[in-house]
Amino acid sequence: MTTPAVQLENISKRFGSVIANAHVTMDIRHGEILSLLGENGSGKTTLMNMLSGVYHPDEGTILINGEKASINAPKDAYQYGIGMVHQHFKLVDLFTAYENIVLGLPVKKGERKEQNEEKIRQICENYGFEIDLEKKVYDMTVSEKQTLEIMKVLYRGADILILDEPTAVLTPQETDRLFEVLRNMRADGKAIVIITHKLHEVLEISDRVAILRKGEFVGCIPTAEATPQILTERMVGKKVELQIERPLPQSPELRLRVRHLNVISEYGLPVLHDVSFDVYSGEILGIAGISGCGQKELLESIAGLQKTETGSEVTFFPAGNGTDTPLIGLSPRQIKKLGISLSFVPEDRLGMGLVGSMGMVDNMMLKNYDECSSFFTNRRTPRELAEKVMIDLDIVTPGVFTPVRRLSGGNVQKVLVGREIASAPSVLMTAYAVRGLDINTSYTIYHLLNEQKMKGVAVIYVGEDLDVLLALSDRILVLCEGQVNAVLDGRTATKEQVGLYMTHLERKDGNSHGA
Amino acid sequence: MEHKSKAVREPLIRLSRRDVIPLYQAILIRAAAILLALLLGAIFIYSISGLNPLSVYQSMFEGTFKTTRRMWDALKDTAILLMIGIALAPAFKMRFWNIGAEGQVLFGCLASAAVMIYGGERFGVNLPSGVVILLCLIASVVAGALWGVIPALFKAKWKTNETLFTLMMNYIAIQLAAYAVSVWEYPYGSNSVGVINSGSHIGWLPTLFGQNYGFDVLIAVLCMVLMYVYLRYTKHGYEISVVGESENTARYAGISIRKVFLRTMLISGAVCGLAGFMIVNGTSHTVSSAVVDNRGFTAIIVAWLAKFNTFIMAAIAFLLVFLDKGASQIATDCQLNTHASEIVSGIILFFIIGCEFFVQYKVSVSLPFLKKKN
Repeated sequence: MTTPAVQLENISKRFGSVIANAHVTMDIRHGEILSLLGENGSGKTTLMNMLSGVYHPDEGTILINGEKASINAPKDAYQYGIGMVHQHFKLVDLFTAYENIVLGLPVKKGERKEQNEEKIRQICENYGFEIDLEKKVYDMTVSEKQTLEIMKVLYRGADILILDEPTAVLTPQETDRLFEVLRNMRADGKAIVIITHKLHEVLEISDRVAILRKGEFVGCIPTAEATPQILTERMVGKKVELQIERPLPQSPELRLRVRHLNVISEYGLPVLHDVSFDVYSGEILGIAGISGCGQKELLESIAGLQKTETGSEVTFFPAGNGTDTPLIGLSPRQIKKLGISLSFVPEDRLGMGLVGSMGMVDNMMLKNYDECSSFFTNRRTPRELAEKVMIDLDIVTPGVFTPVRRLSGGNVQKVLVGREIASAPSVLMTAYAVRGLDINTSYTIYHLLNEQKMKGVAVIYVGEDLDVLLALSDRILVLCEGQVNAVLDGRTATKEQVGLYMTHLERKDGNSHGA
Repeated sequence: MEHKSKAVREPLIRLSRRDVIPLYQAILIRAAAILLALLLGAIFIYSISGLNPLSVYQSMFEGTFKTTRRMWDALKDTAILLMIGIALAPAFKMRFWNIGAEGQVLFGCLASAAVMIYGGERFGVNLPSGVVILLCLIASVVAGALWGVIPALFKAKWKTNETLFTLMMNYIAIQLAAYAVSVWEYPYGSNSVGVINSGSHIGWLPTLFGQNYGFDVLIAVLCMVLMYVYLRYTKHGYEISVVGESENTARYAGISIRKVFLRTMLISGAVCGLAGFMIVNGTSHTVSSAVVDNRGFTAIIVAWLAKFNTFIMAAIAFLLVFLDKGASQIATDCQLNTHASEIVSGIILFFIIGCEFFVQYKVSVSLPFLKKKN
């Protein structure tokens, strides 16, 4: 057998008292796609960051192509032919694709742009990329940016590629294209590591699956022998129910009516155009769409955080025989004062939903600290709530006063969702509620949403994983370029159908009023 | 592509953030820092002057502690510096970069001095001293609040940059003070306001605990406790923290950012004005464009070093005053050049602040020749 591309031997890394990786021993082979799987905080990214030179292991050795290597900076990683494509792109917006590719490389004497371009074209041809070298990054779609990132790494001669959650932001069609490229690279003998939470992708693309649990290497399974059930169990360490339930809505009634919602961005471009739909109690309304096509503005308009154009209407219908209330133009506090409980789990958890420097207790009172009449804050009730949420949702934190910023992504999201659910909402809006969360936490969240649905809450679920949207939602509203392109029945719609509506705007006359 | 095979090399120094540090270690680090500072200072003193470092350090200590009068003098300076720090704390906690304390204090000084002059002996009005003190208090607080709220108004309305705005407001206040001095000049030709109500002491703060500066210290201690409670245990304080952390979160929580900006800067300016009252009525009994003496800027350091904990601010303010007094004492006692004595106090300050880095981070050094071969 040939020498593995990378051999990790007994690698450990700790941050203070937290052990990120403990005695990891594994290898990465040429001509193979390896999936790295593990829950949030299981040390996947830390491990790969030690390969790409961001961190240095406390203990253990790394062998590259059989030779002992010391990687102290990303520059060293390039020397060894290791390239990492991070979750958050590192590109210069104002530069063209070509400029981003050659950025930071030493200029050789007599170097000509044509030669470099030829080299890039060669790489494109080899692996089936498409890239417009003169296009500026700010004009690119997410998928084009990612292609550019991969090209950057290949151009520098990498033959060991690490991709951190590459499909999180792609549509199904784009994911397929990416996988095609990865297969071509594998055929060319490159070693590829892909970090992802999506099990069906793991099974589709990889040859072997390496599993980490709480920083320790659990084992490597050939993909051919793996099933979602096996993978999850090894990852979590116990049996997990992988079925998303979808109970039938119980006596749904109209809760929110949105009509002719128009939002114009600060640059004068329309973000939402004539959006109309209804939301019912006791159901989950899924919202699909490629990222940035108005989901954020839609939810924020309902929550009273977004300026809308005149003529937009959002009306709330309380349970029982209460009178309907127009919400447009009201601030979040005014809406709350009317006794309407809108819960909102925004996309930006620490930048909008929570205060990172505060502990769970202070975060619990974020939306209702103002309710008592005293000049002073009351921390007794929030503290009790924090302790309850911590136990109910199994949140791992040193204590209820530890700044939530220090918690792992999954735990941060549990704090946020826990607070929003605790306020007994009549409408619960969530934006990318499981983004970046591991499978175990994701299922906890789905379960919580279903629980709310059964309590008669109108749930709006903005998601990016179509499999989940199709399994969870009673109805799916597909947004395309800020317009309602279709409202589908979640029980009969197919992935291809939703994917098509996400990318191709149907020009139609009149309004679809949902339902 | 061919890879150069490289010799395995390890970086010499690695930094890692500490999670928690045992108290005794933190104290040890700080003690070691002070010792090192004194040692380095001693070497410096001896090498440039040949003086006995111990006697130099003794006179530095005596700068504050030799007599009760000196101690009260240091306490008064501490009180005023602390007071301005207290004023800045809510603004900075809200991430409102108030660089304008100098101007806000000075404007408070001017308002207070105006009341003292026009209500005092010079124009024969001779209001009762208590009334003048009360009016001074109101005038200085209102003036400081006004000077502080103007930049906040502009920021709330037009999103102006408050750093530049507050900084420029300082120069306006200094020019106004220069103008006021020319109007209030007494005696004519002296180019200064002179001691206001020097005969009748109208508007002068009375003695407390038998001390001239008793009231200054009392006011600062009161404000220290009040601001601590305000920031930590009130709804206003909570709102300030949320706005400071993220304006988006504040909007999400339904907090009116505008309102919090205006209210907090009113308070910040008002406390600055109160510091001006302490300077004019409690200490200098006169006014000039330099009466604040850059303490509006020094207080920024006080506030940030203490991470807005007003009790720690008191300790830092006292340290700065102690070093300052010590430096000038050395300069007079030991005929050491003022610059040299400031270097000595600078070394001490540097080490005390610098050692916080080692409290926060762990430094591990790996020396190749100490490593066993494996």
